[in-house]
Amino acid sequence: MTSATSPAVRPAPERRRVGSLVWHVGAILVLAVVLYPVVWVLGASFKPSKDIIASLDLLPTKPVWANFSGLADGISGISVTSFFGNSLMYAGLAVVGVVLSSSLTAYAFAKIRFAGRNLLFTLMIGTLLLPYHVLLIPQYVLFRNLGYIDTLVPLVAGKFLATEAFFVFLMVQFMRGLPRELDEAAKLDGCGHLRTYWSIVLPLSRPAVITSAIFTFINAWNDFMGPLIYLNTPSKYTVSLGLMMFRDQEGISNYGSMIAMSLVALVPVIAFFMAFQRYLIDGMATSGLKG
Amino acid sequence: MTLVKEAPARPAKKRSAAPVAGRRGRRRENLAGYLFMSPWIAGFLLLTAGPMIASLYYAFTSYNLFTPPKWVGLDNFTTMFQDPRWQKSVEVTLKYVVVATPLKLLLALGVALLLAQKRRGQALYRAAFYMPSLIGASVSVGFVWRALFSDDAVVDRTQKVFGLDIGGWIGNPDYVLYALVALSIWQFGAPMVIFLAGLKQVPQELYEAAEMDGAGPFRRFWNITLPMISPVLFFNVLLESIHAFQVFGSAYVVSDTRCGPADATLVYTCYLYQKGFKEAQMGFASAMAWTLVVAVALVTAVLFWSQKKWVHYEEAAK
Repeated sequence: MTSATSPAVRPAPERRRVGSLVWHVGAILVLAVVLYPVVWVLGASFKPSKDIIASLDLLPTKPVWANFSGLADGISGISVTSFFGNSLMYAGLAVVGVVLSSSLTAYAFAKIRFAGRNLLFTLMIGTLLLPYHVLLIPQYVLFRNLGYIDTLVPLVAGKFLATEAFFVFLMVQFMRGLPRELDEAAKLDGCGHLRTYWSIVLPLSRPAVITSAIFTFINAWNDFMGPLIYLNTPSKYTVSLGLMMFRDQEGISNYGSMIAMSLVALVPVIAFFMAFQRYLIDGMATSGLKG
Repeated sequence: MTLVKEAPARPAKKRSAAPVAGRRGRRRENLAGYLFMSPWIAGFLLLTAGPMIASLYYAFTSYNLFTPPKWVGLDNFTTMFQDPRWQKSVEVTLKYVVVATPLKLLLALGVALLLAQKRRGQALYRAAFYMPSLIGASVSVGFVWRALFSDDAVVDRTQKVFGLDIGGWIGNPDYVLYALVALSIWQFGAPMVIFLAGLKQVPQELYEAAEMDGAGPFRRFWNITLPMISPVLFFNVLLESIHAFQVFGSAYVVSDTRCGPADATLVYTCYLYQKGFKEAQMGFASAMAWTLVVAVALVTAVLFWSQKKWVHYEEAAK
């Protein structure tokens, strides 16, 4: 992905400089449109409630803190930190689950030759295309019969059971690219598969593991349908549900705090993205290309 | 996705098995393989295969969660096909898929072509364009969208400058779906990155040769770039249209929780959710889910069939 190729033709320097200027102006214009909503929410969170929709200024004329301090009151008796704690718990468990189960499964697909491997791999890839909704109702019935409604179990069980085929696929592709000599040498040295997995393949697969971990975190943090279906008690709500509750209870009267909380809810995602965007983007790119 | 399909076969052919000593060794490898993937096997049986069978059964029953499912044959399907709201949801979803997917891919390809040029700060631009893809699915952005497209807000005022007096899109049944389409297009980062990776693999010699033959930029794009990235284009079309069929969160949040006004954003999954989880008609909802599976499978099949005509794989060219 990083292999840089030289441009087809090298134009004369002055032509190149003009071309470069045009390019940057074009790119910045598109970027301005694309990032407008992000800047808007940043500005709106510092505007008084009544100005948020009506005012055309992107940034507030007189910034106010009231929207953020209003968050401290919480929503119908539940503190905002509770929503964030629940989301963190959900996302944290999801990350642990996906990393462990997907890397084990990927190791088997990439490094162990066992009967039926190709068939199972095809099945695994097939689940990538399966609409999630066909599983929604029976899974709900299953977890309901097991008594796990209103807990995190239905939300994270699948993560511990490697049902997120995308990440398994990502790790398989990566592990296949690792030099075979390494795990063959480990085998000659008497390492079993577990040892090879843990001390050689897993550490070397760090980019794929990090990509999966960050994507999982962000997906769980943004997840809306899962919590909507499985969580009933407001004190167990994640940030997404907390935001919806905010909207239903306070509505237009406290628009400012709603927008402020929307912004705060985006912070972890944006922070993770900034820190790891290289991995994420390369991971996304790999998924569309041959190994 | 042929890209994906080929993957399992290749290593098996290229890499001959490490010499495993005899039958005992092979049995040990089998055992190790299954042990390592036992989480996936359990997950597949418990959370994928099992539920699929169960939901196929529910589709032919009347089931409200509280009393055991009762077999009703094809009733759910006949009621469903005659249900005007179901028909509306199909119409809304198809409109969404057909409008949002091509526009999103067009924008993704356009920006990818822009970013494929070697310029300073390219990585920064790439990252910034990708960001909406990560936050776009959140409830936060749903709220932002509501605010941007409501009466007297930014979009409303901007269109007035152009003499369009249609008001905010959120409250208008004729336009609200396009606010969702805009939200989907806005998240063009993921297909863009995939296009970008594809563009970087096009051999530069081809462009040099074409230029010597006097081919202009448009011809170079049409005759070289497009065929060379067609596998990646195929992958993006497949994935994005399948995702578009399954849109839920944005419809639910942006257009108030009833997917309105006037069912204008009643996407398929929104109706499925209402039927299943609001009205506890699990049988009907399962019939809907299976119809969606069949529809998605059909679209996938048609796309795979069509790729013979327009997707060029290098192996075939040689």
